[in-house]
Amino acid sequence: MDWNLFVIQFINGLQLGILLFLLASGLTLIFGIMDFINLAHGSFYMVGAYFCATLTFLTGSFVLAALIAVGGVFIVGVIVETTIVKRLYRSDHLDQVLVTFGLILVFDTLVQMIWGPEGMVIPLPAVLDGQFEVGSMVFPSYRLLIIVSGLLVAAGLYVLVMKTRLGMLIRAGASNRDMVSALGVNINRLFMLVFALGAALAGLSGLLIAPITETNIGMGNGIIILAFVVIIIGGIGSIKGAFYAALIVGLIDTMGRSYLDSLLKLFMSVQNAETAAPAISAMLIYILMALILAVRPQGLFPPAGAA
Amino acid sequence: MNTIKKGLTAAVSLLGFLGFAAAAGADSVKIGFVTTLTTPAGVIGQDMVDAVNLAIEDIGGKMGTLDVELIVEDDGFKPDVGKQSTDKLVKQDDVDFVAGYIWSHVLLASRKSVLDAGKFLISSNAGPSQLAGKLCHKNFFSTSWQNDQTPMAMGEVLNQQGVKSLYIIAPNYAAGKNMVAGVERTFKGEILGKDMTGWGKVKQVEFAAELAKAKASGAEGVFIFYPGPPGAAFIKQYQQAGLQGQIPLYSVFTVDSISLPKFQQGNLTGVKGSRMTMFWSPDLDTPQNKKFVSGFKQKYGRYPTSYAAQSYDTIFLIKSAVEAVNGNLDDMDGMRAAMEKADFPSVRGKFSYGNNHMPIQNFYLREVAEDDDGVWTTKIVSTVYENHQDSYAKDCKM
Repeated sequence: MDWNLFVIQFINGLQLGILLFLLASGLTLIFGIMDFINLAHGSFYMVGAYFCATLTFLTGSFVLAALIAVGGVFIVGVIVETTIVKRLYRSDHLDQVLVTFGLILVFDTLVQMIWGPEGMVIPLPAVLDGQFEVGSMVFPSYRLLIIVSGLLVAAGLYVLVMKTRLGMLIRAGASNRDMVSALGVNINRLFMLVFALGAALAGLSGLLIAPITETNIGMGNGIIILAFVVIIIGGIGSIKGAFYAALIVGLIDTMGRSYLDSLLKLFMSVQNAETAAPAISAMLIYILMALILAVRPQGLFPPAGAA
Repeated sequence: MNTIKKGLTAAVSLLGFLGFAAAAGADSVKIGFVTTLTTPAGVIGQDMVDAVNLAIEDIGGKMGTLDVELIVEDDGFKPDVGKQSTDKLVKQDDVDFVAGYIWSHVLLASRKSVLDAGKFLISSNAGPSQLAGKLCHKNFFSTSWQNDQTPMAMGEVLNQQGVKSLYIIAPNYAAGKNMVAGVERTFKGEILGKDMTGWGKVKQVEFAAELAKAKASGAEGVFIFYPGPPGAAFIKQYQQAGLQGQIPLYSVFTVDSISLPKFQQGNLTGVKGSRMTMFWSPDLDTPQNKKFVSGFKQKYGRYPTSYAAQSYDTIFLIKSAVEAVNGNLDDMDGMRAAMEKADFPSVRGKFSYGNNHMPIQNFYLREVAEDDDGVWTTKIVSTVYENHQDSYAKDCKM
């Protein structure tokens, strides 16, 4: 076995997991605390990427553009929350799904009207566009940046949620929101903050991936499905659960793509293995989700006190 | 909530009625065109529709004495949606020709609707092996190629350049499999590994795992097929992984006038000089191609893709059929006989149709280069195949 390759694939899986975590952490908070299903969460991912692309060309600096773009998506989150989402907290899930599905269409069309259908390349500074070498292993520097910045954000979220008053309210909201509002907490403002924070995290995730995959209309609609899988595996409303589940999903997906075909070739014809491997590796995470739902329906790390 | 639901219902019903607006003229030839207008791949469909509109303009909106009526439908990059659009064109609009189709899986899902209704089906891009072989049909024609042919030409190029081993990465759908089969058929070296990536509802645009495997395999070359936006993403990641300059990248249908402007904007100079095979190039020296490329650049301010070139040809092929029967659209046999002659000005120059109605044509090696205005485009390097026929023609009993 090629251990170098294994380490590289492990890091690749880690990087995918980190991106998923950024997306899923907001989703799990919004779902867990506000009981709100936001299908349009992936739209913030896309908006973050497009903001960053335009700002990179305007400012000439990717890092500066990224910082402004995250703030921009936060503001978009506030606007969407106060104008639309706020009215839906007391509605049932079907209405939320319908409206947020509509929001996806609105965002996709707006992006097409503003930026056109062809997508954008985000140029990276030379430092980030190169490779990082450890011994005989070569790794794109930008992917390391994703891992490092993702871990920093995760640590920041941990501090925010576990060590601050706001975090205490968020955790309390995830466990029992009626009690929180009964205790006189301004739940409307808390909800708006959490929603916009989630949007900003999704935007960060989108703008981090964009220099690798380019920006595309609807780029968030595929990955949001993975993010839902992550929060179901991790336990709805749990940041810790989202973190571990995102890493698990990222690693399973990458390792499946890397090794499943060689594994299947051990007991199948080469041709069958080549056809079956991509199909099965695409299913792996859903199989895991089904197992978790069967054995531990509340997820791996449900928030304390949640039913 | 009820108001929202009512609003939605109303909106959906209204949208449904939009399609009914096109009025049917009695003395017109109706052409239905199915392509992808939504999703990121909509940029390909737009290029095709632009070319069709240009072609109709260039023929003065007339085929013989008949007016041309064009109805464009979106396939949403999904076989089921493409089939629905096709059904609508055939049953509701009662078109005379159904053309378009970027994607092999969409074309395969839609073919029966057109052919069972006794109408002509013209592929302006997709060339799945099934339709060239066992499923060939008297009323099916192609203005593009059979999927395997372009990668077969690439395999020949690899042999000529003395490449001994190859790693293959392609999307896992009908055309991806054909492309891989094509290069495997002609490439004489060893294939060290092969990855078929997700291309269903969720398209894979992140290739870290595959690139790491390709590198570890020690192959002398990497062969890819990524039409549309994922192609640009792949090349970008290839560069970021440090593989550019280490392992030469050989592609088909990946680097084109859709991705090149983005590469130029992002200043990815590594793509300059990269080579691919194709039946056509903007600089191909034929009278019709000069007219097409200059007309397209003038009208839309950019280079056309091969998708556009094939769509332009589609209109001229249909025109040759309609004029051969003096506008008598009931004369299917007459129109078919006319199309089999391939007697129309094609952007690729003179070519002929095989027994399966797939073009027998040249394939060229082309290279990314700057034009006189500094715009990145592709230029022909050499001819790889002359009058090449696809490998499935023998399976076609026609």
